[in-house]
Amino acid sequence: MYNMKSETIASGKPGISADGPGKPKRKGHFRRNKDLFILSLPALIFKLVFNYLPLIGLIVAFKKFRFDKGIFGSEWNGFDNFRFFFVSDNAWRVTRNTVMYNGGFIIITLVCALILALLLNEMSGRAVKVYQSALFLPYFLSWVVVGYIVLAFLEQDRGLLDHVWRLLGQEPVSWYQEAGKWPYILNAVNLWKTVGFSTLVYYAGIIGIDPSYYEAAKIDGANRLQMIRKITLPLLMPLIVVLLIVAIGGMFRADFGLFYFIPNNSSFLYSTTDVIDTYVFRALRTVGDVGMSAAVGLYQSLVGFVLVVAANTIIKKTNSDHALW
Amino acid sequence: MRKKERSIARLLSHAVLVVVAAVMIYPLLLVVSISFSEEAAVVKNGYRFIPEQFSLDGYAAVFKNPGILLNAYSITILVTILGTAAGLLLTAMIAYVMSRKEYRYRKATTLFVVFTMLFNGGLVPFYILIVKYLHLKDTLWVLIIPYLINPFYVMIMKGFLDRMPAEVIESAKIDGASEYRAFFTIVLPLSTPALATVGLFISFIYWNDWWLGLLFIDQDRLVPLQLLLYRTMNTIEFYAVNSQHLSGSVDVTKFPSLTTRMALAVLGAGPMLFIFPFFQRYFVKGLTVGSLKE
Repeated sequence: MYNMKSETIASGKPGISADGPGKPKRKGHFRRNKDLFILSLPALIFKLVFNYLPLIGLIVAFKKFRFDKGIFGSEWNGFDNFRFFFVSDNAWRVTRNTVMYNGGFIIITLVCALILALLLNEMSGRAVKVYQSALFLPYFLSWVVVGYIVLAFLEQDRGLLDHVWRLLGQEPVSWYQEAGKWPYILNAVNLWKTVGFSTLVYYAGIIGIDPSYYEAAKIDGANRLQMIRKITLPLLMPLIVVLLIVAIGGMFRADFGLFYFIPNNSSFLYSTTDVIDTYVFRALRTVGDVGMSAAVGLYQSLVGFVLVVAANTIIKKTNSDHALW
Repeated sequence: MRKKERSIARLLSHAVLVVVAAVMIYPLLLVVSISFSEEAAVVKNGYRFIPEQFSLDGYAAVFKNPGILLNAYSITILVTILGTAAGLLLTAMIAYVMSRKEYRYRKATTLFVVFTMLFNGGLVPFYILIVKYLHLKDTLWVLIIPYLINPFYVMIMKGFLDRMPAEVIESAKIDGASEYRAFFTIVLPLSTPALATVGLFISFIYWNDWWLGLLFIDQDRLVPLQLLLYRTMNTIEFYAVNSQHLSGSVDVTKFPSLTTRMALAVLGAGPMLFIFPFFQRYFVKGLTVGSLKE
């Protein structure tokens, strides 16, 4: 939007104009920015070591990795790691599960969070606080604890839902062995845990809208729904789109805790609960196939990246203001 | 007319939100209630929302042998305090730099940070880096360092700092303050809502973490709280599945019972759930996601 402008404005600011008009010399501008650069340096080094350096390690995907030989010492084996993964049924299964679940999560959470945020906006300050606490509570639980909670509902012969299920005259179900039920369970659990956070982000966005828009609309006789449709939603769009693009970029990355702890890593359920991340984890920690795990990881990262770029390009075509870059 | 419309809207919103709030809280209360139930009743009738008979036995069993739990608590508390302090400071520093409109490398810095949100190497290179090259396996540091900077929290922090009037910093600099001084004595104190919000999030990341423990901790003395919970659950399952194969040498009734299990879950989640309402008032102010573009 205004990235180009900001630099020209900046050079007119006091403290910077000291260098006189025209383009400042290279050395000069480093000295001027040095203090700020040093402030950001620890974080930059951190990102370099923990996010950029590991990218080199991706070459492991093309190697027969051995821990004692390290990344560079291990032998190359071309695309064997990829072949091993893609010829198995696993590739399709974990990819399908990952994408379908994430797609579902994105849509369901977005819709629910927007509705809840709009409802919160109708409330007075104190009521907002109360509801906000309630909505947010599950967000602050770890997946391990949520695993215990789900167990309280689903445990065979004891769980509360199990109990209610039988009261309703349904056939008893071994929940942790019946794969068909898990898409519903995981969607519900995920929504329960994450909707509070998204709601609050959208609510904060709604609060930030200039009230004069609403006042003008009121004078024109607009009703509440009209105001939501014509003011709130359009002004919230940039935020929605940014979060959407980031979420789409993460479509190939599943929330490991959800898929590992909630189905209790039960092998009966793999057909509907195994996702790329749990598969990689098991391949790495249980099977010990480092090369193949890395290959799957690379596949995951690359597709994810392509998805972000594609989503951004499409959005840029429709409305360039909303695009991420 | 207008007033009536408003009150109807409010009433409807209340109705929906009350139901949603109940659904949110109910599962938690269920676990708390089970943890205070009498074991025999739970074994016989299963989990019920209202305990048939109130009992503290679940907790008593946990505290009969408190060594492991206390050790896990101290590891988790230590990791949470150190990690939150260091992480918050680093996050605020880089977010501040990214929010300064006249900073020349601002776009480059933002890209450098945001890119890691969109593309990363995945689990394996990270695992090899930590284990083989940084030699952090089975150390306290491995539970702290990897989470220090989360790009999403940097963006939240930046979103807040973006709205700080430029005059604040300029006037400080006119008074002769250095960049560092301006940041630490003027910008940070004015950022309390964002620091509180992001700080709380970071502390929850540390408190709730089992992932780093699961990957990198084998030594019992370094096991954090959530990993202990997970291991406990696993142990129970192991004995539940294998109880008929294990000869009389193992007394299954001695293992964490149903109520003890839920008591552990409550003890694992409890402390943070008490802390979080105190930070509430900062949330909305502190939670505006900054634009990624500037």
